[in-house]
Amino acid sequence: MRDSAEPHTAIADPMLPIAMRVSEAWRELDDVVSLRLVTKDGAPFAFAPGQFNMLYAFGVGEAAISISGDPARTGELLHTIRDVGAVSGALTRLKAGDEVGVRGPFGSSWPVDSEHDRHLLFVAGGLGLAPLRPAIYRALATRHRFASITLIMGARSPRDLLYPYQLAGWTASHALRLNITVDHAGPEWTGSVGVVTTEFARALAGIDPAKVSAYLCGPEIMMRFGAMGLADMGVSTERMWLSMERSMKCAIGLCGHCQFGPDFVCKDGPVFRHDEIARRLTLKEI
Amino acid sequence: MERAAALDDPRPVLSALIEAGYRVIAPVEQDGAIRYLPAVDPDSLPKGRIDSQTPGSYRLEDGDPERWFDYVVSPESWKAWLYPARRKMWTSTRSEDGLSFERPEAEWTPTAFFGVRPCDLAAIEKQDAILKDGAFADPDYAHRRENALIVVIQCARSAETCFCASMNTGPRAQAGFDIALTELGAEADHRFLVEAGSEAGARVLEGLTEDATEADKDAAHAATNAAAASQIRVMPENVAAGLKARLTAPEWDDVAKRCLNCANCTMACPTCFCSDVQDTSDLTGDLTDRWRVWDSCFNPDFSYIHGGAVRTSSMSRYRQWMTHKLSSWHDQFGASGCVGCGRCIAWCPVGIDIVAEAETLMAQPED
Repeated sequence: MRDSAEPHTAIADPMLPIAMRVSEAWRELDDVVSLRLVTKDGAPFAFAPGQFNMLYAFGVGEAAISISGDPARTGELLHTIRDVGAVSGALTRLKAGDEVGVRGPFGSSWPVDSEHDRHLLFVAGGLGLAPLRPAIYRALATRHRFASITLIMGARSPRDLLYPYQLAGWTASHALRLNITVDHAGPEWTGSVGVVTTEFARALAGIDPAKVSAYLCGPEIMMRFGAMGLADMGVSTERMWLSMERSMKCAIGLCGHCQFGPDFVCKDGPVFRHDEIARRLTLKEI
Repeated sequence: MERAAALDDPRPVLSALIEAGYRVIAPVEQDGAIRYLPAVDPDSLPKGRIDSQTPGSYRLEDGDPERWFDYVVSPESWKAWLYPARRKMWTSTRSEDGLSFERPEAEWTPTAFFGVRPCDLAAIEKQDAILKDGAFADPDYAHRRENALIVVIQCARSAETCFCASMNTGPRAQAGFDIALTELGAEADHRFLVEAGSEAGARVLEGLTEDATEADKDAAHAATNAAAASQIRVMPENVAAGLKARLTAPEWDDVAKRCLNCANCTMACPTCFCSDVQDTSDLTGDLTDRWRVWDSCFNPDFSYIHGGAVRTSSMSRYRQWMTHKLSSWHDQFGASGCVGCGRCIAWCPVGIDIVAEAETLMAQPED
């Protein structure tokens, strides 16, 4: 237990979790839950957009989960978790008042402030919106500094769209331009059907691709083809970032699990500039 | 620091270490192999024994009965002591006050590693770079390392599997040790050069009186030079860049057909550092321990993320191991991850030879 309320940024012992309390838990989708976490001593928990924490479900284990809340709100941590295994399943079953172990924040972040005056293009596939959302919050906080902000959101079906209440709010307030596309939909769906790349031409209409900064997060194949598609349209490969996912145990580059060629995804990533990893994205099982 | 002594028997060094209060880990013959185990008795050194190491084979044999250190590296490396295969990281308890996390107390006394070969010293330095000197350290490793006194035995003999000379890690260690011994000559000339490499090492040697001569030092160089000259395996010089340029060569499939994915090479390797974590709970369900355990990139689960493993094929796992060891280690830590100790060659059940595989791959066209 910490005795002073300093921000949890300098990681005193990065291997030892701190206990945090679930202040709220709610279901986003059938198999997806969001948790709001607060420190027990009230100390703020600062992080940069795109970073992740290792969340520990007591007695079950630990998983790397991106931080999906607003980086300006350091009094709480938001995590959005899909139930895909023992640990993530246990995390999705936590209730308000339960405690969870937290190590972090770890990893590299989405560069947002460095991209002033440019057109920001966020491309999210499925749950990929969760790690992107802190960057969107950051961009919206200084909305006037960017030429435009666009979010292309891809999902399996309309009912798989993450944070629909927030997408509606962003659109209604004209905070950003939103393009949604889904893989399959019923007759009630009047929007686009197809992979995210099919939205690029519409989303970038009237925008100079040389002035676009793109942030992609989703399944690896989506990011790979998304980045290729944007590059074909003239977006610089040095102005595209994507967030990689690999197995992680330690999150500090000691356990070796997350190696992706010469990089440790936990400490050199998870956010990489596209040109630095473009070749590796084309190699199988790297 | 400049202290160098000559002895006709290595045991006084062991005795001096024990007298100085160190727990001494030294070579001991056990179960048909040389192992590094706590030595309470200087007479437990495996005098007169040598190891025959060839691809897929390790056997102890009788050597010159008067020589003490003609065997080379043990199947086990010093990482078993500095970074044990299984180590408790923390204990968590659940109570009415919620969760709490505590590290176990350090349980490590000042320890002398007697009989560290130059390649293994280089391996310790490589693990230091990862586990102790990086942005994040493993506190348990750092504590053990800072309380370890290293007594190197320079190699006057190479096994068939040794290729330290081409990795620039041996057979003579230049620095990084506290004490170094070289076994010199035969019969009437048989003696040991004992050199201090640190203040702590010099303190241990204070009671040893006979000063070494220049001839002793020359003889030590000649002994290690001869060991280097006898090595038949030579790692290709530009292997780091070369492998990176051949990641899709069909020869990876060829080695994968022979590889059993048994992970022996990674367990025997003195620099392999990958680990997994395991959680165990007691019967009340309110107490749980987290353990760090050695892991291997050859385990199919090693790269598991939801939906499956990233590296499902044997080819990709062998490629990961070899390219990490010989190529991407340079990108990560500024040097090769291989020290040329040859353990992975001897302890591969099918005798896969990393040097031969590197040569084969380097002969292929680039991607």
